[in-house]
Amino acid sequence: MAHAKGIGLVRILVLLLALLGPASVLAESPRVIRIGAVYPLTGNIASTGLDCRRGAELAVDIINGKYDLDLPLARGEGLPNLGGAKIELVFADTRGEPKNGIAEVERLVSQEKVVAIIGAYQSSVTKTASQATERLKIPYVCSDSSSPTLTQSGYRYFFRASPHDALFARDQFNFLKDMEKKGQKVQTIAALYENTEFGSNVGKEVVKLAQEYGYKLVENISYAANATDVTSEVGRLVRANPDVLMHASYITDAILFTKTFKEMGFKPKAIMTFAGYIEPAYLPAVKSDGNGIVVRSTFALDLAKAKPIVARVNELFKKKYGTDMSENAARSFTAPFVLADAINRAKTTEPEAVVKAIQETSFGPEQVIYPWQGLKFDPQTHQNVYARGILVQIQKQQYVTVWPFDSAAADVIWPLPAWGSR
Amino acid sequence: MSGQLVQQLVNGLLIGCVYSLIAIGLTLIWGVMNIVNFAHGDFLMLGMFVSFWLYTLYGIDPIFAIPVCALLLFVLGLLVYRYAVSRVMRGPMLAQLVVTFGVAIFLANAAVLLWTPDFRVIDRPLLSGTFALGSVQVSVPKLVASVGSVLVSGALLLFLERTRTGKAILATEMNRDSALLMGINTDRVNALSFGIGSALVGIAGAFLSMYYYIYPQVGGTFGTLSFAIVALGGFGSISGAFVAGILVGLVQTLGGYFFDPAYKYAIVFLLYLLTVWIRPQGLLGW
Repeated sequence: MAHAKGIGLVRILVLLLALLGPASVLAESPRVIRIGAVYPLTGNIASTGLDCRRGAELAVDIINGKYDLDLPLARGEGLPNLGGAKIELVFADTRGEPKNGIAEVERLVSQEKVVAIIGAYQSSVTKTASQATERLKIPYVCSDSSSPTLTQSGYRYFFRASPHDALFARDQFNFLKDMEKKGQKVQTIAALYENTEFGSNVGKEVVKLAQEYGYKLVENISYAANATDVTSEVGRLVRANPDVLMHASYITDAILFTKTFKEMGFKPKAIMTFAGYIEPAYLPAVKSDGNGIVVRSTFALDLAKAKPIVARVNELFKKKYGTDMSENAARSFTAPFVLADAINRAKTTEPEAVVKAIQETSFGPEQVIYPWQGLKFDPQTHQNVYARGILVQIQKQQYVTVWPFDSAAADVIWPLPAWGSR
Repeated sequence: MSGQLVQQLVNGLLIGCVYSLIAIGLTLIWGVMNIVNFAHGDFLMLGMFVSFWLYTLYGIDPIFAIPVCALLLFVLGLLVYRYAVSRVMRGPMLAQLVVTFGVAIFLANAAVLLWTPDFRVIDRPLLSGTFALGSVQVSVPKLVASVGSVLVSGALLLFLERTRTGKAILATEMNRDSALLMGINTDRVNALSFGIGSALVGIAGAFLSMYYYIYPQVGGTFGTLSFAIVALGGFGSISGAFVAGILVGLVQTLGGYFFDPAYKYAIVFLLYLLTVWIRPQGLLGW
């Protein structure tokens, strides 16, 4: 009896394999490969979402069409190992809400039959979306969210191509060390950060790195990003009188602090910042008062001086959308290449094979539009080991790359000029 | 050290006076009608946007936009009272509570639709810059805003105590039924108070627009703080709201400076909790 049952099982297995056989053959040579893209397309930061969407769309244009660029898969049409299959992006709107991160990923996978996910810009949304892909066992390549915790969960299906805030913070300190080599002494640092997930994580890094790099931390201030008045925060900064201020903010507080710095005459040698100061709304609001402030970034158009491909990609972008490529568009530009390249090498869209191929990704420096050594994922964290930031400084109300010095488009202005003469 | 102490005292006073003006508008409406205007912060936002558009489209400086803001917000207050609030005044308590909440959500979303969620600032107001008073830096627009707020608050008190209409408002606030028996048209008084309360917050918006950024959600924190100020000062008490506003400004800046800026709002709300615990009617309520 038991024996007969065993044979029965084998029969069923054989039958199943026979059924699966043709299906997996089909999956191996689809004409269109669908990738889900989750972004905040409506809601408070809809303009950012649109930017991201454009970056990803241009990447897919380059993969599917013939372009004489060094980018992966640019020169051929589609994915050669899959008979020239084309990539198709299926967009979903998160409205910037974490709960939609899960819901939209589930919908994309179950109804739209996407084989992988990219997005979601806001770290909090990426967090929930990556929980969903982990459960559904679907590869997820993110190139636009910066919270360090995203690659600290040990997820199997989640990969990040872009730098995170802990790396950005280290960049800021490496910059200070480089400035010291130029004879600009820095001894004291003040940390200032908004108190949610993003800011407090940056704050922690800054405090840790200040010690590691041998700077004296003279003030450590966390504050509410929706504060109506920040004179007490700035008062403490004036009292502490640091050489360098490190500030992690969103957009509202970046504007309010800049105005209050000026009003109360706070003038360190340098103001080094994260996020808020590079939002498109910042400079129109503060105008020349922003001059001299240093912000972390991954991308700037003036990188073209050292990397001609930046200018060529920007040309394509401008032709398609009529505007220059922003940092947000540049960030989301990367993920489609990683996925397309991995699926091409895997010769299938089967998740485990794709994940394995993503793990083996190896882009050279010429295959990315950033000043990176390339793209390669850490086997443990799935973070791109080459990802690093650049520092841009606001000079004459423009963002100009000033560090790393070998990619710089202009010399850094140091120390900050007096408030009256910016 | 002592220089910074005086600096923080000054900063606290400057922002506190503006808080007072915002809260007085709220407390007036509450006192007369027993209705919490949840849209108060959004009225503030509208005041700021009126000032911004007058500046951007017609080049009118915020300081001259004040009467326009006051008038437009007065009319808006009347309309909201007539077409939303007065309808539910006879309805269940819960409906009265949520009606202004609905107005708030409507206004904030309408603002996003009309003007996008972008941030605006009035880049070259007539009054700008700072001057030094010894070691203390004083911002000119903030000084003007707080002195202006005190003047407007004073004018309101004079109006309430010296004019027949003002006395009618005060009488209704004390006892609606008796006021009605004395021949006061309490419905008109309601409408008028709602209008005046809105005009006051409109004026506060014009003042703030001289130095603050403007966007559809800007009223949020101001609104929340003004609820605490009204409760702290005593619901319906004008002078209570005035004192409490300045108190909150001082506690916020000094608390942030001496303890930890992360807790400055926690300290404000702790003060509020302690006050209602010891004196449930608020500082100057009865």
